[in-house]
Amino acid sequence: MREPRDVHELSLCRSLIRQAARVAAEHGAPRIRRLCVRIGPLSGVEVALMREAFPLASRDTPAEGARLEIATAPVRVHCPRCAQETEARVNDLTCPRCGDWQTRLTGGDELLLVSVDLAASAIESPTPSNP
Amino acid sequence: MCQTCGCALPDHLQHASSEHDVHTVAVLEGLKAHNDAAAGHNRAHFDRAGLLVVNLMSSPGAGKTRLLEATIEALGGRHRLAVIEGDLETENDARRIRAKGVPAVQITTGSACHLDATMVHRALHALPLEDLDILFIENVGNLVCPASFDLGQHASVTLLSTPEGDDKPLKYPVMFRQSDLVLITKADLLPVLDDFEVAAVEAHMRRLASPAPVLALSSRTGPLDAWLAWLETGLAERRRHVFRPAPDGERLLTRPGAPYHAPDHAQDHPLDSSRSPAP
Repeated sequence: MREPRDVHELSLCRSLIRQAARVAAEHGAPRIRRLCVRIGPLSGVEVALMREAFPLASRDTPAEGARLEIATAPVRVHCPRCAQETEARVNDLTCPRCGDWQTRLTGGDELLLVSVDLAASAIESPTPSNP
Repeated sequence: MCQTCGCALPDHLQHASSEHDVHTVAVLEGLKAHNDAAAGHNRAHFDRAGLLVVNLMSSPGAGKTRLLEATIEALGGRHRLAVIEGDLETENDARRIRAKGVPAVQITTGSACHLDATMVHRALHALPLEDLDILFIENVGNLVCPASFDLGQHASVTLLSTPEGDDKPLKYPVMFRQSDLVLITKADLLPVLDDFEVAAVEAHMRRLASPAPVLALSSRTGPLDAWLAWLETGLAERRRHVFRPAPDGERLLTRPGAPYHAPDHAQDHPLDSSRSPAP
């Protein structure tokens, strides 16, 4: 199995935590309880690897021990010929109605930090969850 | 993990007692914001210097370095070139480029599977950007991770060597979808491969709703003409933006027949006008 440090999900997970920590600092919150993230399959990020990377990337940060909630976004395309938006497959972005290939992606490549839940007061974790 | 609320705090009771302290803040920010900002900074460097920057991506062994060697031989006399090499380890590729008389900066990423904009930024300060026409960034050989990181390039080129099979765009849609050009390399092997169709690669690219041209070439036997012409077009496009910024009102007068792109938009899709399916 690949080490978590061999995948780009770890770098993106670190970005996620950096961004969330910045929001927490702006609100004067010592801890982050939950991070809600939206990921589309065309973003190039594997949800499972993101989950795997999170405990490692969040160690010794305000997000340590927080819950990571990942919502996956469907792949959607807009066909100018049909003037319709429809759901498509990751490796078939042609219009499912007319078959035209000149569609525009309207969803499915998102990689977004949607919201964070902040704790107003610090709670001491008696023992770190990682060795 | 706490089975009641799903949190990972070891002491659940404490957590439950302070639940009313938790509040949600909406953020709605891209996870790549940090890299994208660094990429934008790189692009500003490149645009100020007026050079064309091309990000070369492929699986390992598809022939990125060999293509660069052949490109240097063909274009080196006419244009000032430089290369940033990305590899997990070794200076081998940079040495091969320097042997052709072209400056090369090697980035060794250690265990990282891709280049990011910050690594490229560090490398580009070792290059005389003002004295260059084209900068190639040879990314780490990998069809997955490099796709997720903008480096500040003007165009992404993905190489697909014939022994890899013609269905790669369908297997790696994230990488191929955002390519501005697909180069089928080792085309001199086509006569001995009975399962690779150039037309199939093109059909797969359209299935990904991509208008990117698909060109077949062999760095060993040539000809490289179509690839070199694509580079020349891209370079002319960059130069046009640097030396003759067209004011908004002149859009129809400056380039008849070609779609006009305002400079702001051109930063996102600088090569749009060269992105026709059949060059």
